Amino acid sequence: MTTLDSSKDIKKNESEVSEHHEDFRMFGLITFLIADGMTFAGFFAAYLTYKAVNPLPDGAIYELELPIPTLNTILLLVSSATFHKAGKALLKNKNSDTQKWLIVTALLGISFLICQLFEYFNLPFGLTDNLFASTFYALTGFHGLHVTLGTLMILIISWQTRPKEGRINNQNMFPLEAVELYWHFVDGIWVILFIILYLL
Amino acid sequence: MTISIDSQDPNTKSLQPKGWLRYLSFSLDHKVIGIQYLVCGFLFYLIGGTLASAIRIELASPMSDFMPRDVYNQVLTLHGTIMIFLWIVPVVNGAFGNYLIPFYVGARDMAFPRLNAVAFWLIPPSGLMLVASYFVEGAAQAGWTAYPPLSITTPQSGQIIWIMSVLLLGGSSIFGGINFIATIIKLRRPGLKLMQLPMYCWAMLGTSLLVVLSTPVLAGTLILLSFDIVAHTGFFNPVLGGNVVVYQHLFWFYSHPAVYIMVLPAFGLVSEILPVHSRKPLFGYTTMVFSIMGIVVLGLVVWAHHMFTSGTPPWMRLFFTIATAFIAVPTGIKFFNWVATLWGGKISINSAMLFSCGFIINFVFGGITGVALAQVPFDIHVHDTYFVVAHFHYIVYGGTVFIIFSSIYHWFPKVTGKLMSERLGILHFAITFIGFNLCFAPQHWLGLNGMPRRVAEYDPQFQFVNQISSVGALLMAISTIPFLVNVFLSIKNGKDSGDNPWNALTPEWLTSSPPPVENWVGEAPLVEEPYGYGKPISQEN
Repeated sequence: MTTLDSSKDIKKNESEVSEHHEDFRMFGLITFLIADGMTFAGFFAAYLTYKAVNPLPDGAIYELELPIPTLNTILLLVSSATFHKAGKALLKNKNSDTQKWLIVTALLGISFLICQLFEYFNLPFGLTDNLFASTFYALTGFHGLHVTLGTLMILIISWQTRPKEGRINNQNMFPLEAVELYWHFVDGIWVILFIILYLL
Repeated sequence: MTISIDSQDPNTKSLQPKGWLRYLSFSLDHKVIGIQYLVCGFLFYLIGGTLASAIRIELASPMSDFMPRDVYNQVLTLHGTIMIFLWIVPVVNGAFGNYLIPFYVGARDMAFPRLNAVAFWLIPPSGLMLVASYFVEGAAQAGWTAYPPLSITTPQSGQIIWIMSVLLLGGSSIFGGINFIATIIKLRRPGLKLMQLPMYCWAMLGTSLLVVLSTPVLAGTLILLSFDIVAHTGFFNPVLGGNVVVYQHLFWFYSHPAVYIMVLPAFGLVSEILPVHSRKPLFGYTTMVFSIMGIVVLGLVVWAHHMFTSGTPPWMRLFFTIATAFIAVPTGIKFFNWVATLWGGKISINSAMLFSCGFIINFVFGGITGVALAQVPFDIHVHDTYFVVAHFHYIVYGGTVFIIFSSIYHWFPKVTGKLMSERLGILHFAITFIGFNLCFAPQHWLGLNGMPRRVAEYDPQFQFVNQISSVGALLMAISTIPFLVNVFLSIKNGKDSGDNPWNALTPEWLTSSPPPVENWVGEAPLVEEPYGYGKPISQEN
């Protein structure tokens, strides 16, 4: 094979790959989120098993106040909607609108984290007090870590969607779509967490 | 290693290191990454093998005279962890998967080459961390299972490093799994149907599904375990109200599928090797595919059969016994398919074929003891004895490691363009097969008679049988010498193999050996019948 042939192959290959690239990355991300979801599934399974078989010591507090987590649920659900708005705006090529909606979403994420910390500081139990307390902090903490990462990524992509020089536009929507999917995933996990941890 | 690829694009050639230096670089070429996995895994195999030899030397006498008892526990922990997470899982998935899957789907690389390189380069540092954990105060000594309360009550700094290392290796495994699923599902050459894929693709698809679904649970569990050690929470600490059985459930939710993560790819590889060397189509392709998927589904719901002595309620014992026994059905189908593939074939007795046949013999034996262990009364009798040790070594060594060697003999000409010495290969097989069976067959007897595993000292009445076992282990250690000599001599002055020394029909052989950087000159061939042996050749490629 001559070098000329092989360089042609490489070029052809690149064009083939870029045609399908979007699909692969979304597919890979979904697979990753399934894996991530399994980590949460493990935590939930542990929590429910503890709840069923491990009695807590006398006087342990395992009733949680509902107002803050309910507010948090609303914050996250609204943030999913605002993120969706951002995507719609980008489709219409309105980058500055996208940026606005993304910043609103990030602010909602930050408020969620602040409320979560506020709840932590006002709870009557600490991490090592009893099994319920430990599981509570592990679950909400692991989820909070996801929200923190998500918020950081939203801030990054909102910088990248700035009109003109930004690298995200309606020709290159993948980073935005990826973070959006991740954000909806984190919301979904929160809803499950809210039901299992606070309501059950 | 001087594997020269003469057909490179001049631009990429100047950017990438040449010759063997490629194997030390952050290369994105799936073939380079596959070899990186293989060589790295083999180095760790040598370390793990040295530790195994130390264990067998210790057990040659009933007293703990070769090493103190806690050192013995640390050695067996490190042996198990290295062999599973750094040798078998990376090699049978990462090495052969990366090398072969893109060829099999007709692609020029994996779906995510960069992620692929990241997944590999996570392994050497975490492997070194794992080895280093041995030299830290309080090396891990709770076995590869790291069961609490032992893992959280013994000295712990080594255990923490152990946990971090296994977390990183799990991450590498998940990245690899995502890549394989995306490559097999999304990157197939146009016109290539799923049911035309070589069997190894199906095996890797099943394995990767297990990796993606179960490894994260292990990660979560180990995070909770490290909380118990570092922050003194009580998830798994009964003193603080925790529950050790929850750890066992979560751990085995990963670690039972992990057995299939180690053995399913071997099923795939043997299904590639047998048809080529017996010149017959793979028997029962469709049943093979369905049994792989059946094993994937059943493999996720049998984990508690490791826990029959952990106070499991009767309904749970019943369910998990039945589910486990059911796995024998798809596995048996595969076994009979391999035998039927050989039946009446024009069999070449070469190293690859011998190791594959050795696999079939060892694996059916390990499979039968597996079905026996699924029965609660029997399991309670032999739980945590040498019977279990013998059983899983028959699966992972007699099964998977035999196939790793078989595959190396089979694909060595593909990678290097050189043939390996058959004489040394057959010697390697003979010593390995005799040594392996001498080492592990007597351990069934030891276990049935009540010798517990993971204890440095034992009842003197078991000494003679233990010494037989140790002689077997010595043979296994010796067997790596002809293999290594063979590899180095063949790379240096092996006979030229030509592009397709076995006249195989699977796609990786339909290009030059070693293959060009982009795998094929021009279009990838469409291989509709990867096992069309014994038929008039209809493929123009």
